[in-house]
Order: sequence, then C-alpha cells, then structure tokens
Amino acid sequence: MLCATSRLLAARTATALPAQPRGRGPGARCRRRELHFPGHPELPLGDFLAGRLPRSSVSAGRRAILRRGRMPPAVRGGPAGVELRPRRGRCGPQVTRAVGPDVAAEPTARSPKRPARGSRRFEAAGRWALLALVTLLAFATRFHRLDEPPHICWDETHFGKMGSYYINRTFFFDVHPPLGKMLIGLAGYLSGYDGTFLFQKPGDKYEHHNYMGMRGFCAFLGSLLVPFAYLTVLELSKSLPAALLTAALLTFDTGCLTLSQYILLDPILMFFIMAAMLSMVKYNSCADRPFSAPWWFWLSLTGINLAGALGVKFVGLFIILQVGWNTISDLWHLFGDLSLSVVTVGKHLTARILCLIVLPLTLYTATYAVHFMVLNKSGPGDGFFSSAFQARLSGNNLHNASIPEHLAYGSVITVKNVRMAMGYLHSHRHLYPEGIGARQQQVTTYLHKDYNNLWIIKKHNTNADPLDPSFPVEFVRHGDIIRLEHKETSRNLHSHYHEAPLTRKHYQVTGYGINGTGDSNDFWRIEVVNRKFGNRIKVLRSRIRLIHLVTGCVLGSSGKVLPKWGWEQLEVTCTPYLKETLNSIWNVEDHINPKLPNISLDVLQPTFPEILLESHMVMIRGNNGLKPKDNEFTSKPWHWPINYQGLRFSGINDTDFRVYLLGNPVVWWLNLLSIALYLLLGSIIAVAMQRGACLPAEVEGLSQVLLQGGGQLLLGWMLHYFPFFLMGRILYFHHYFPAMLFSSMLTGILWDTLLRLCAWSLASSSLARGIYAVGLLSLLLGTAYSFYLFHPLAYGMVGPLAQDPRSPMAGLRWLESWDF
Amino acid sequence: MLGFLKRPVVVKADINLNVVVLTAVALLSRLWQLAYPRAVVFDEVYYGQYISFYMKRIFFLDGSGPPFGHMLLALGGYLGGFDGNFLWNRIGAEYSSNVPVWSLRLLPALTGALLVPMAYQILLELGFSHCAATGAALLMLIENALITQSRLMLLESVLIFFNLLAVLSYLKFSNSQKQRPFSLSWWFWLTLTGVACSCAVGVKYVGVCTYLLVLTVASVHAWHLIGDRTLSHVRVLCHLLARAAALLVIPALMYLLFFYVHLILVYRSGPHDQIMSSAFQASLEGGLARITQGQPLEVAYGSQVTLKNVFGKPVPCWLHSHQSTYPMIYENGRGSSHQQQVTCYPFKDVNNWWIVKDPGRHQLVVSNPPRPVRHGDVVQLVHGMTTRFLNTHDVAAPLSPHSQEVSCYVDYNISMPSQNLWRLDIVNRESDTEVWKTILSEVRLVHVNTSAVLKLSGAHLPDWGFRQLEVVGEKLSRGYHESMVWNVEEHRYGKSQEQKERELELHSPAQMDVSRNLSFMARFLELQWRMLTVRSDDSEHKYSSSPLDWVTLDTSIAYWLHPRTSAQIHLLGNAVIWASAGLATLVYALLFLWYLLRRRRGIHDLPEDSWLRWALAGALCAGGWAVNYVPFFMMEKTLFLYHYLPALAFQILLLPAVLEHLGDRLCRSPLLRSLFSGLVVAWYSCACHVFNTLRPLTYGDKSLSPSELKALRWKDSWDILIRKH
Repeated sequence: MLCATSRLLAARTATALPAQPRGRGPGARCRRRELHFPGHPELPLGDFLAGRLPRSSVSAGRRAILRRGRMPPAVRGGPAGVELRPRRGRCGPQVTRAVGPDVAAEPTARSPKRPARGSRRFEAAGRWALLALVTLLAFATRFHRLDEPPHICWDETHFGKMGSYYINRTFFFDVHPPLGKMLIGLAGYLSGYDGTFLFQKPGDKYEHHNYMGMRGFCAFLGSLLVPFAYLTVLELSKSLPAALLTAALLTFDTGCLTLSQYILLDPILMFFIMAAMLSMVKYNSCADRPFSAPWWFWLSLTGINLAGALGVKFVGLFIILQVGWNTISDLWHLFGDLSLSVVTVGKHLTARILCLIVLPLTLYTATYAVHFMVLNKSGPGDGFFSSAFQARLSGNNLHNASIPEHLAYGSVITVKNVRMAMGYLHSHRHLYPEGIGARQQQVTTYLHKDYNNLWIIKKHNTNADPLDPSFPVEFVRHGDIIRLEHKETSRNLHSHYHEAPLTRKHYQVTGYGINGTGDSNDFWRIEVVNRKFGNRIKVLRSRIRLIHLVTGCVLGSSGKVLPKWGWEQLEVTCTPYLKETLNSIWNVEDHINPKLPNISLDVLQPTFPEILLESHMVMIRGNNGLKPKDNEFTSKPWHWPINYQGLRFSGINDTDFRVYLLGNPVVWWLNLLSIALYLLLGSIIAVAMQRGACLPAEVEGLSQVLLQGGGQLLLGWMLHYFPFFLMGRILYFHHYFPAMLFSSMLTGILWDTLLRLCAWSLASSSLARGIYAVGLLSLLLGTAYSFYLFHPLAYGMVGPLAQDPRSPMAGLRWLESWDF
Repeated sequence: MLGFLKRPVVVKADINLNVVVLTAVALLSRLWQLAYPRAVVFDEVYYGQYISFYMKRIFFLDGSGPPFGHMLLALGGYLGGFDGNFLWNRIGAEYSSNVPVWSLRLLPALTGALLVPMAYQILLELGFSHCAATGAALLMLIENALITQSRLMLLESVLIFFNLLAVLSYLKFSNSQKQRPFSLSWWFWLTLTGVACSCAVGVKYVGVCTYLLVLTVASVHAWHLIGDRTLSHVRVLCHLLARAAALLVIPALMYLLFFYVHLILVYRSGPHDQIMSSAFQASLEGGLARITQGQPLEVAYGSQVTLKNVFGKPVPCWLHSHQSTYPMIYENGRGSSHQQQVTCYPFKDVNNWWIVKDPGRHQLVVSNPPRPVRHGDVVQLVHGMTTRFLNTHDVAAPLSPHSQEVSCYVDYNISMPSQNLWRLDIVNRESDTEVWKTILSEVRLVHVNTSAVLKLSGAHLPDWGFRQLEVVGEKLSRGYHESMVWNVEEHRYGKSQEQKERELELHSPAQMDVSRNLSFMARFLELQWRMLTVRSDDSEHKYSSSPLDWVTLDTSIAYWLHPRTSAQIHLLGNAVIWASAGLATLVYALLFLWYLLRRRRGIHDLPEDSWLRWALAGALCAGGWAVNYVPFFMMEKTLFLYHYLPALAFQILLLPAVLEHLGDRLCRSPLLRSLFSGLVVAWYSCACHVFNTLRPLTYGDKSLSPSELKALRWKDSWDILIRKH
C-alpha cells in the first residue's frame, strides 16, 4: 500500500512542478541543501530541526522533489498571501491522481542536478551521529543504577526462577511461551550465574549471586527500543525532528525505563515488537525494488521478529495481526496493479508466505524443540502433562518406569484423563455445597500431583482387603465390575441421577459411603477402548472408560472450572451421551501393588507435534484460569492510558527502597492528547480529500505522512490496546506498554506535522521557523524536565511516602491514586 | 373556489395480492390455537414474572435486557386485563383463569407473522425479482423454529421483527435517496430506521449488532455522499446532519424513553430493591423509603446509623457486630486477637446500628444544636448494642491474611492498645468541608494509625462467624475499590445517654418525614449500570448449547410436555432450510470473493449496478447473519438455540438471493432454466414436507406414539421426550 501511494505522491508532486510559478534554479536548491547539513556550526536551529531527511532508496532527483514537496514552505520566504495564490492555482494537477502509477517514471526524467558529494557525506555523518546520540542516551538512562535494588523486584521472582530452571534443566510450566525465559536463562548462564538462587519472593537479597547479567540483558533490549522507535518514525515521516521527539518521549518515560531495568519478559517482548515494526516499515520502503537483497533482508527479518514476539508472550499475536494487515493490503495493491502479471503477483505472495508464515512458524517451533531438549529433568511442571510426556523427564517416576504392568485388585492407582490438560481424578474432604446436587464429597480433576489423587481398585461385591497375602493376585479384566475407593477418605466413586454442578445435562459424581461401604451406585464397569472382553488392563497403555452400572453413563471430565467452593478444580461428571470423546477416556498412571513384580516399561514416547500441541493446550488452560476475584482491586484497561495507577516494584514502607512503575505523566498525557488530536486532524483531512478539496502541495505531503505513517501507528496502538477490553483474565498495568510505544511514535509524527502546518499557515518565514523551533524545543525540554522531576520513581527513592507532606515527592502526587 | 370539484376524487390502490395472501397465511400459521397450551411454556416462566411485576407496579431488575421488550409483553397483559396474580414458578403449570393467555401471546405472534411480508419487501427493495421475494417469504413461513418461538410469550420474534424493520426501512430510505431526498417518505423511512433500531436494542441487547450493521452501511453510503462533488457543501452537511439526528440522536432518546416509562411504571419497592443503592431504594414507594422518610440529612456526633456497603457483592449487606469473638486459633493454625467479631450482615438487624462519636467527648447523644460530621473529621464508631469501639490493628484477617483484622475492641490487658480512630473520607464530595449526609454521601473510613480502609472482602466466614461476610482493613495503597465505600442508610439522632434506654431506642423504628427523589438521569444511570453488571449464575442449563451446535441444528429445546399425553412442543428448526441456508451463505462468500478478485484484475463479470446490488444484499443479509451469530462465541452467559434465530432470519433472506443469482448466471438456455426451476420447486416441497413432519412438535397439538417420536429423533442430540409407561 505504501509503495503505491508513495509512488503516486511522487508523481503528483512531480507533475505539480512545472506549474510552479516561481522557477527555482538548481543553485537555490543546493544552497538549501547546505543549510540542512546538521553538523554545520552556523546552522540556525530552526532550519536544522525543520530539515527532513531524504529517502535513501529513491534517486537523487526524486529525493529533491520529495523534499520540496514536504518542506515547511515558510522557509521559502515571501508573504503568505503571495504564497497562497499560486498554490491554489496548482490545483489542476489533482487529475493526475487518476493517471496511475506509470507517471512514477517521470521524476527521474526531470531529475535536477546532483547535489554536491561532500554535503551528502556530512549529512549522512550527521544522521549517524544523531542516531548514536539517541542510542547512547537510551543506554545511559537504562544502565544507570541497574544494580539497585540488590533484591528481587516484583515478577523477577517468577522469571528469574524460570531462568534458573533452564540453567538447572528442570521441567516447569508457565502460561507464556518459552523463548523469553530461555533468553533470560541464557543471559544468566553466559554471565556466570549458576542457577542456585531460589528466587523465592520479592524482597529477597541476591547476596553473592550474579544477577547483573540477566538484568543487563533485559536493559540492553529495553535500551534498543529507543533507537528502533527513532528509526521507525524517521522512515515513516522522513522527518528528523519527529524522530527525535519520539526518541525523547521514550527515553524520558519513567515507565519504559523501569520496565526495562528488571528481569522481566516485557523488555524482550517489546524489543521483538519494535524490531518487527521497524523491519516491516523498512521493508515497505523497499517496495519499489521487489526481490532485491534489502527487500529480502527486511522481509525475512520481519518474520524472524514476529516469531520472537510470539515466542515471548502470546500478546505477540497483535503485532502479527498488524504485519498481516499490512501484508494483505500490500498484496491487494499489487494484485490490482494490472501492469504486473499474475505470475509476478504469485511470486510476491509466495515470498510473503515463506518469510512471514513458514519462517516464523519454523522458528517458533524450534524454540519449543530447544525448550523440551534443555528441560529434561523432572520438576514442578510434570503433573500438567500427560503420562506419556512425563516419561521423558528424568527423575519422574515414569521415566524408565518400573511398575507392575497389569492392573490387579487392591492396586493403588492414579487415574489421568487422556484429554490434554485435564488432570488426575481427584477427591478431597469437602462436600458439594447446598443446592448443588447431593451434599456429598466432591470429585474433581486436578492438575497437580497430590495424595488425594490416589484411588484403590476393589471388587464390587467384597470389601475384604485384597492385599491380604492369603488371597491370590487377581487381575482386573476388561468388562469387570469394580469399585474405586478414594485412598485418603475411604469413600467410593459414586454417581446418581442428580444434575452435575455445571454441565446440567450430565449426572453428578461424588464420593460416597463410609470406609468403603456404599451402595450399588458405586459400581462401575471398566472397559478398555477397542479391546475384547477378558483382556487384562495395562498401566499407562490402556485407554479405559468407566461406565456407571446403574445409570449407564460414562465417567468424564467436562473441563469446566468449578467456582470457589470447588477450589477452581475441574468438574467431573457422568455423561449419559455415549459419544466417543477424549473427555471420557482415562489412563492409569501410577500403580502400586506390592504383590506384583515391577517391570520396567517403556512408554510410547509422544512425538514432537503431540508435545507441542499438548503444551499449548496446557498454556491456554492456564491463561484462562487467571481470573480476577470479586472485591479485589484489579487494573482495568481504561486506567492505563490515563496513567491512573502504577505498579509497585519494590518496597512498601517509608524505610524501604521503593521503585514504582508509573509512566511519566507528561509523556503519557501528551500521548493521550495526541491521539485525540490525530483523530480530529486525520478525519478533517480525510473528509477534505473525499470532498475533493484542493490541498496545497505542502499540506498534501504532510497529510500523506499523517494518514499513511500515522495510520499504521494508530492501528498498532489500537491492536495492542483494545483486545485487552475483551480479555477475561486478570490484567496489569504493564500490559499497556507495547501500545504506549506506538502511541509515543504517533505523538512524534503528529506534533511534527502539526507544527509544520502551523508554521505554514503563518505569514512570515522567520516567525514560522521560530514557532516551529520553539514548539519542538519546548516539547523536548518539557519531557526532559518532567523526567528530571519523576526520575526517583524509576531509580528508586527512600524516605517518607508521597502522601506525607514532608516527602520530596509530595508535590508530584498529581493523582490521588498514585501511591509511591 | 370550487375548482377541486372539476376533477373527480379518485383513489387508486395497487394491491399486491401475493403479499396479502402471504400475510394471511402467516397470520393463520402463527395465530392458530394461540391460547393452546394453556400452561406455562419454557421461558414464559421467566418473562411472566416480570409481567406480573409490571401489573403490580413493583420495581424489578433484569440483567438480560432493557425494559422495552418486557413492557411490550406487559402491554398484552394490560390489554387482556391481567391482574398479575399468578405464581410463575414452574414450567408446565396450568394457567389460572385470570391469565389472558391469548392476549399475552398475541404481540409476539403478530410480529412473527409480519416477518413473512417483510422478508418479501426486503428482497424487493434489494432489487431482486418478485419470484425471489416470494421465495423468501415462503421460507420464512414454513420455518418451524420461527413459528414455535413466535407463538409463545417470548421476545425473539419481536427482536427479529425490529431487526428486519430496521433493514427494510433503511433500504426504502436509501432507494428514495436516489430519487427524492428530503421528501416526506425519505424522512419517514429514515426516522423509522432509527426508531426500529432503538426498539431492537430496547428488546434485547443483541439488537445492538443489527444497529451497528445498519450504522456501518449508512456510514459507507454517507462517505460516498461526501465524495459526491455534484452536491454543494451545505447540502452534504444537511444530509449528514439528518442522518446523525435520525440514526444517533433518535435511538439514544428512544432508549432513554424506555427507561423513563419503565421507571414511571414500576414505582413500588419489591424483592429486587436490595441490589440497588440506598438512594435508589429510597426513591421507590414503600420499602426503604418508608423507613428512611424524614430521617435527618446530616450525620452529627451522636447519630445512630447503619452503614451499607456500596459495592454490595456478593450480597448487599450492612456493617455488623455481635457478642461473639474471633476464635483464638483458626483452623489453619493462625492466631487472632480474640476480640469481638465485626462482619457484614445481609439482613436488617438491631446489631447493625453504630453510633458516631466524637473522640474528644464522652457523650453518645446529639447535642443541641447538632454538630455535623464533615469530610476529614476523625470519629469513633461505637457499636450500639455492645458499646464497643470499631477497631483495627496489625493482625491478619481471618480469611484474607494480607489484610488487617477488624474487631470491636475488647481490652484483655495484654498490651494490645485500642486503635479506634477513623478518618472520614467522603468520596463523592463536592468541597473539602462537605457534611456527611445520610444515603447520599459515599464514605471511606480510613484508620488513623495504620491508614487501612474498612473493606468488605467478599469472603464468607465459616461457622464460627455464622456465615456472615468478612470485613477487613486494607491498606489504601492497593487501590480504590467500591467495596471500600459505605453509606449511611438508616439514621436518627441519638437521645438517650443510658445504655438500657439506648437499646430500647435502637429497637424502636426510626421515623421522620422527608422524601428525597433522585433525578431521572441518576436513576437511569444507576439502573443501567446494575443491569450490565448484575451477574447471573453461569451454571449450565439442561438445554443450553454452544454456538457451534446451532448451524448444524445439533440441539433442540423441549419447551413443553402435555401433563398426560405425549403431545409436546420443541424448538426445532426446519432441517432442510437450515442446511440450505448455511450452504447458501458459504456459496455467497465464495462467489463474492471470486468476483472481487476478478474485478481487481479488471475483469467485470457483473455489470456495475448488479455488482453493487449483489454486494449490498451480502452486506445486509450475510452481514446480518454474521453480526448476530459471531458475538455469541465471545459471550460467557448460558446460551440456547433460540439465540440463533435472529441470525437465521437474515440467512433465510440470503437464500433466495443466492438462488436467483445462480439461476441467472448458470442457466443460459431455456431448457436449463426450466430444469433449475424444477429443482428449486422440488427442494421447496422437500422443505414443506419436513415442516409438515415436524409440525406436531411445533404446535404440540397432536399426541404421537413412542415409535413415531423415535422416528422423529433424527439426531441423537435432539432431546425428544418419550414417556415410559
């Protein structure tokens, strides 16, 4: 999309040229170019700030034209009245809009004289210097006092711990994909952290453990956000001041700074998001040279970064949507370009499928492969996964398992649902509450390993202890009628004609009876799927169904989360519908029977795709489980853009070293204002263009930047913000930060454009230049000063709380909801 | 002067007999034996109770939808002379003779019947032939699910009616836009669009989807209008303003009007009062208003008050204390202060009374003149019956160990001092010296020593706490939450200095006389907010289903079973229509995509105007299906098959459109053409046959034998009830 419009723009400005009343020689152009040289000692600041950068990929001639189209016209001198008339006169060429892209060739034909070589080199050097300055400042702010506080802050307790798990190679479970934690682990490993720190709770001192490697890694990625944003805005707007403003907003935002300084997933996530955005924008500007080396480079880099973003957190999906939208509209334009053959369009399509779908998917899968390869020891995450999966983990009791092979009466077993992420059949000493079926003991499924998962398998008609050595061993066979007794509470697995608590169509399953004596509703027929009668039942291998004898229903788990009374475990029901679903199929996992010989079993190892699918199911279930509770303060999405309340990273009392995650209010409220202004300005311009109003060339150029570049950023902001309104899970303030990056970039572009428009509409050139410079400088200095005010939030503060009038921060508590 | 006599007075009328006949048949199919069964059928039990509330003018709160739908049903009851005396407690209960069943069911049946001619009109306005239009009407006519749903006292058919009315009037409007903008009919249809949209929203929130669809189509058209350079700026502005007024302002006003009428109709207090704030309750006749009438407005030192939690979740309750103390050791081994329990109690009780005391003085009566308590003042709260002070300290609360325990202080001489000073923080204050007002002020009580805030944690205490709700002190830093806010509900000035007299005083009812009325907007906003946030229990119903089951008709709902015979009513769709409608949607989507791609490459299969017509038909019909169906995937409430019916109605409209298009495009030769029509006729007779087969389950008028019922159970998942003898 961008490619076509930029070409169109070039065409329009090009055709506009000959009609320009005041002919301007190449000499004048050269003079101006020298004025633009940023490093020039006598350079007036306004001019330097007003300078827009040439597009690196277009030819010199086109560049000159582009620049003329977008220069703040006030620089040209002459009273506005004189300026305006000829501009209106040039409205005729609007018709060229319809002419189509062929005109794009024209500008090169009209290319004016090449500029002096030296000035170009200086210009390039200046640009690099500026980039270096921005980067340096970002690194300086992020790495300043990185080692403080020397104790665990906030979620470091999770992610640091998970990093340690990688170093120790212990298997764990987390609701986020593995890449971020893997990188943290790697950073720790490379910097000499040995994985021995326990990361128990926030506030624990690190002592001698080396934590700086991991923090440094996150801070490094966090610092890179600033130059990335700078480059993205530069590419979108071709305006150095806009890029500078963006960089300043991000550098001086206390929130971004705080979030980048600790061992968290967010700096890694934001790094990949911004990198993907940058490479997408870069790739867009290569659109006029398809299939060239830079084109391929940026396209595949976009894909790689997408994989990274998704590999850190699932919210990486939003940037994928943005790139996807960009790609689709891009392809749509190519497809509509009748000068391209269908084969060429097909090539374009294939290239994008390769780089933006196949490549990221491969990389994403690869991170999982590494994840499973590295984590090969049993750990806290075992119970979440199927029996077959656990057999992979050394240290797990199923690894090279040595257990009795065939199920016999008297065996103590755990029963696991075959459906992924459903857990073990479980019961505990709590009754179903009043009004929900019969008031008997709850039966649920539970994901963690627990003593309450143990059941004894008994004959239906006798209550004699089958482990009595005088009885011979009797195996359980397919089709037998059995009873399952809960080991801890001695109640039988029971079902009856009562509605199940959540799935009303099914029957309730309870624990019933005293010391194993119940009634005929405790009898279940055990069946092995796809087997004949009389066969023995194998541990782990056999997929069994339990059919209730009286009602004929099948034991299953609905997968629905019980409310608080059921400890948020999953519902178990007896379903009268005999459909073959995985929900009602179980397998026996642990098996203890002293009378039987232990045989070493090699369980069927699951294939990699199965593991991959399973871990995703478990993660989704985990994410859905993070529900906020009533009567608890929770952060709401509408709080975020207004910077309503921060997050406490460290310290509560006035004696503690306190770090408080809160956006720099000046930056955030400016961002908020900018979004509103953008919508207003954007719709005015869009309506004006739809009405066919004749915009002067300068305004035309500015509005193109605003609508195209700004539009992409606005889309990014919306995609990273609005979906949170639909999410049922518990939300935190830091979820807003990716969106905040986009809105800061939008602010940069908006204010640059707005000031240029102001300057353009004013009369004298010097005044206009002055207004532009003053406006921009005040924005830059304002953010810097507000950072000076608010920096203790990020770098830490000790002393009385801000509610206390004695505190130095007391005057900065602009909202009552801030509690630093 | 008598010039008008020069010409004869002539009335010309075009009567489309098709429409007349179709309407007549539709009325017949929907109104036939409308009062049968004379028993409560399925959700009638639910809507019926609200009708009774309307008849008795009792306030109620229903989170499922705005009041317009309920009011329409109640209108039927009003016209039929229903007095509201019926106990809506059980599906299948026989109606007593005072219930005007016929008139209660009349309105849904009429709207259901009108769907048939409206389907006809919509297809015509979309630019399709009379043949296709008749087809759409005929399909609408024999759709079993639509018939069942409209013959009962339910709201779906009303909703569908307004949905289709909105689409139809928008089409009429946009067609007259081409010829005579700003004419009378143009205004009429434009306004009707807005009105129909607001009615759809007023019946059920799902109506918002159709409203948004119409708005989208209207804004796309408006955008083209802006681009039309033959119109002057002023004229474009007029067009836009007219649309904004009709499609945005009118619906908003209508929506307010529904609530206005609703609040005028239900002005008496009733069983749902408790959910509302004290101020709202006081505005209702009877109930709290009777108690609070004439209470002193300003809380003064020495006032006796009850404090109600503003958040009121899980249940509305009042700050409470009683003689029992916290157990020394909890079940999990933690210890407590063993002081007197402070809880939140959901019932009115003499133990809910507290006395506001000035820490500097000893007296517990109001001085003359009363000294009002202001924002920022430090107060003590004395429990009326036990004269103990409300206290909190650094002891973990029983169920929320991260918060502080709140107790009424008992001095055990164990060097645990009393910390009973609270600072009053009026949340909704207008100035910093505002006086604490009964009912109106929402206050936080901030503990002076620890800056903890008195909060309802929402947890139920175990048996030692009599299952009352836990109250804790939570550090303010955790953020603002409504569960920390309280308001004075009952209030009187304390007069007796002696404890015995005071106990007597507390037991006697408070009475005085001033009524305080909230403005309509305040009441509307509160009611709307409560309706949106009131949470119904999300447990599953026996006949609930998931959206995926709907397209394939994998589910049915047993509505009613005859008490003796096996005659029964089921919500079951016409399987042929459902299958072909789904197929038509798919075909439409594929064809649309195909045309779109080819147009992009410069190949125009369809001429411009027929392409626009084709796209508009898709946007309204396929779009209408999508917007009425897809949102259900994101809903967490209990869903039923009937939620799909609005989407289905749009899908049925699409079906003849696709058929006609296929017929036009594919059949070039007359032979093919007649073959195609033959196929369509055969298919339609097939649908008729299915309708006829399922008819006993739709009307419930015929008792079928078990074997016949078994034969009707085409899918295992259909819950057709078979009596076991």
